[in-house]
Amino acid sequence: MSDAVVTIRGATKVFDVGADQTRALDGIDLDVGKGAFVSLIGPSGCGKSTLLRLIGDLTQPTAGQVQVNGKSAYQARIDRDYGIVFQSPVLFDWRTVEENVELPLEVGGVDKRKRAQRAQAMLALVELTGFEKRYPWQLSGGMQQRVAIARALSFEPAILLMDEPFGALDEMTRERLNLELLGIWRQTGTTIVFVTHSIPEAVFLSTKVVVMSARPGRIVDVIDVDLPQPRSDLTREDPRYFSFITRVRESLRGRVEGSSLRAAGS
Amino acid sequence: MPQVARNALSFALFAIGIAVVWEVVKLLGGEPTDAWQPPFQWKIATDLNMPHIWDIGGAFVEPAQRNGPVLGAVLVDAAVFTFREAFGGFVIGALLGLGLAIVFVHSPFLERALVPYVVASQTVPIIAIAPVVVIWLQAGWLSVAVISAYLTFFPVTIAGIRGLRSPDPRALELMRSYAASRRDVLVKVRLPAAAPYLFTALKVAATASVVGAIIGELPSGIRDGLGGAILNFNQYYISGPAKLWAAIIVAALVGIAFFVLVRGAEIVLLRGRLGRTQA
Amino acid sequence: MTGRLRHYAPAVAVFIGVLVLWELAVRVLSIQQFLLPRPTAIAAAFAEHFDELLVVGRNTLVEAVGGLAIGAAAAFAVAFATARWATASRALLPFAIAANSVPIIAFAPIMNNWFGILNPLSKMMVVAVLVFFPIMINTLRGLTLVDQSSLELMRSYAASEREIFTKVRIPNALPYIFTALKVSATLSLIGAIVAEYFGGSQSVLGQFIITEAAFFRFANAWAAIIVASAVSIAFFGTILAVERVTIPWHASARHGDAT
Repeated sequence: MSDAVVTIRGATKVFDVGADQTRALDGIDLDVGKGAFVSLIGPSGCGKSTLLRLIGDLTQPTAGQVQVNGKSAYQARIDRDYGIVFQSPVLFDWRTVEENVELPLEVGGVDKRKRAQRAQAMLALVELTGFEKRYPWQLSGGMQQRVAIARALSFEPAILLMDEPFGALDEMTRERLNLELLGIWRQTGTTIVFVTHSIPEAVFLSTKVVVMSARPGRIVDVIDVDLPQPRSDLTREDPRYFSFITRVRESLRGRVEGSSLRAAGS
Repeated sequence: MPQVARNALSFALFAIGIAVVWEVVKLLGGEPTDAWQPPFQWKIATDLNMPHIWDIGGAFVEPAQRNGPVLGAVLVDAAVFTFREAFGGFVIGALLGLGLAIVFVHSPFLERALVPYVVASQTVPIIAIAPVVVIWLQAGWLSVAVISAYLTFFPVTIAGIRGLRSPDPRALELMRSYAASRRDVLVKVRLPAAAPYLFTALKVAATASVVGAIIGELPSGIRDGLGGAILNFNQYYISGPAKLWAAIIVAALVGIAFFVLVRGAEIVLLRGRLGRTQA
Repeated sequence: MTGRLRHYAPAVAVFIGVLVLWELAVRVLSIQQFLLPRPTAIAAAFAEHFDELLVVGRNTLVEAVGGLAIGAAAAFAVAFATARWATASRALLPFAIAANSVPIIAFAPIMNNWFGILNPLSKMMVVAVLVFFPIMINTLRGLTLVDQSSLELMRSYAASEREIFTKVRIPNALPYIFTALKVSATLSLIGAIVAEYFGGSQSVLGQFIITEAAFFRFANAWAAIIVASAVSIAFFGTILAVERVTIPWHASARHGDAT
C-alpha cells in the first residue's frame, strides 16, 4: 500500500448535461502500485476514460479523493508526473516528428541541446530512429502512435496514462505494439494505467485488470493477472491466458467468481 | 507542369481570350473604318467606349499630359503609391484582426458583446466614413491606410476566430497535462493551427486592402495614387479614353500582384503541411 | 428563453452603453460636430429627413438588388455550364480567383460611360461584376466538391448525368451558394454606394451622404449611413431567412458558428 502510486477513494463524477445529470462514476476505490501495469476495462460509457482523466487532473471529481505520487492530482499535473497517450496520436502536423517529441520538454523549459538528446533517445526506444525530420502525415497510424508514446515518455514521468491507444489500429499492428509497449515498460519501469475494451489486450499486457460496470461506472472486479513475465507470443498460447480472458469476460457479464467487490489490494 | 506554372498559363490564356473577344466585338459592332464596315452598330463598342487593344497598349508609352512623363511611368508611380497605402492598411488590418480574434477566443463574454458590431461594421459603406477619417488624420498616407485597414480586418478576425478554435480538443488536453500556460497554448497550438485559415483570409484581405486604398484616395483629394488617376482620366475621358482603361488595367494588376505575393508567402510558410496550401 | 437572453445581453449592453457614453462625451467634451454628432442629433435628423431617406434608400437598394440578380444569374449560368467538364472548371478557377483580386470599383466610370451615367443599370453592372466572382467560385465549388461515394451510389442506380446534377450536385451546392449570397448581400449595397460616388442620379444614398457631408451637415450624413447599414443588415437577414426555409437541414446544423 505504501508504494501505491495512485490512490483513489470514493471518487464520484457527475456531469451536468443541460437539465439532466449523468453519473459517470460512482464511489471508485482503486490503488495502483509502483511499476504496475493496470488495465481498466468495461462496456462503453462505463467511465473508464473519465477515471483516467481524474488521475490526470484533466477533470475533477464531484466527490472523493484522487492522490497521485503522494500528492493531489492537481499537483501531480503541475509537477508533470505523468504522460498521456490518446486513441488518436494528436501530433501537431506543423511539427516534424522530433519537434513533436520535444513539445513537452519545450513547455517544461528544457534547453535545446538536452531536448534534442531526449528526443533522440525516445525515438530510439520506440524504434523510429531515422524518422526525426519527417512530418506526421508521412507516417502510418502505428508509427504516429509510437511517436505519441515517445512524446509521452520524453520527460521521464513516473506514470503513463493511456486511453485506448491502439484502438484505431489493425489487429496485427496492435499485437506488435503490445509487445513493444511491454518492452518499453520493462526498460523504463514506468507505472502504466491503460484503458481498453479489448479483453485479450488487457489480459496480455497487465499485472492487474480492473473490470468496470456500465453507467454509473463502478468497479465490479479486480483481477491479478499473474502470468509469467516477460510476456511474449508464447503467452498467448498459455492455457491460463485463456482462463483469465474467460474470467474477465464473465466479470463483464456480471457473474463474478468467488468473492465479489475487492476494492483494495496491490 | 507544376501547379504555379499551370495557373499562370491559365490566367494568361484567359487574358488573351478576353483581348480576342474584345476585338471580335469591335469587329462586329464597332466603328467603321476605310477598310472594314461592321455588320452591326453597338453603342458599347465605339472607339470611345471600347478603345482598341492596341490603342490602350499604345497609351502606355505616350505622355499622359502634354510634355509630361510617359503614361506608363505615371501609372507605375501611382501604383507604387497606392500599394504602399494598401500594404500599410493590410498590416494594420491583419494585426487588428488577429488581435481581436485572440481576445475573442480567450473571452467568450467579449466575443458575445462585440462580434455583432464587428460584423455590422462591414455594412457601413466605407466611402461614407472615409471623409471623416481624412479630417481626423489629415489627408495623407495614414488616413488612407486606416480606411484600407477597415476593409481588411474583418475577414482576418472571422478566420482567426475559426482557426484559433480549430485544434483537436485532445491537443488542448495534452497541453493541460503538461501544465502549459495559456500563452504556451496560444503560441504552440492555436496560432500554428490557425495559420491556414489566416492565409485564406489574408488573400481576401490583400484584395480588400487595394480596394480600400483606391476608395480611400477618392474623397481625400489625393492625386498621386491610382484612385486619383482613375478620377482624373475619368474626368478627361473624352480626350483620351485609352488612358482610363490603362489605369484600370494597372489597378487590376496591383490587386493580382498583391494576391500572388500573399499566396507565395503562404506556400513558403506552410510548407511541410499536407494539403493545406490550396487557393 | 433565458439562455437566449443571456446570450445576447452583452451585445445589447454594449450598444446602450456606447450610445450613452457617446452622447455624454460629445456634450461634456464639446467634440466638434463633424467628428461625432450626438446620437440625439442623428435621431432628430433621421426623423426630419425620413421621407427623403426612404426614397434614396429605396433607389440604392434597387441598384443593389438588381445588380445582385444580374451577377448571380450570370454566375450560376457559368458555374452550371462548366461544372460538367472538370478540366474546364479547374482551368477557370485560377482566372476567377485572380479576377476577384481586381478592384472592381475601378470599373465604375466605365460602366457609367457604357450604360449612361443616370441609368441605374450602370450602378447595377458594377454590383453585378462585384458579386459575380464570389458567387461563381462558390457555386462551382458546391457543384464539384461532391462526396465521391454519393456519385458512385447514383451511378450504381444507372442515374443519368442530369439526374445526378439535380439530385446530388445542386442540393450539395446550396449551402455554398447561400454563403456566397449572404456575403454578396452586403457587398452589393456597398458596391452600389461606392459606384454612386462616380456620378449619376442625385436621389441615391451615396450622393445624399456626400452632399450632406460636403455641406457639413454631418448629423444628416450619419443618419443616412445608419440607413445604409440597416438596409444592408435587412438584406442579409432576408437571405438568411430564405436559407433557413430552403435548406433547414443545413442552416440549423450550422447554428452557433461564427459566420
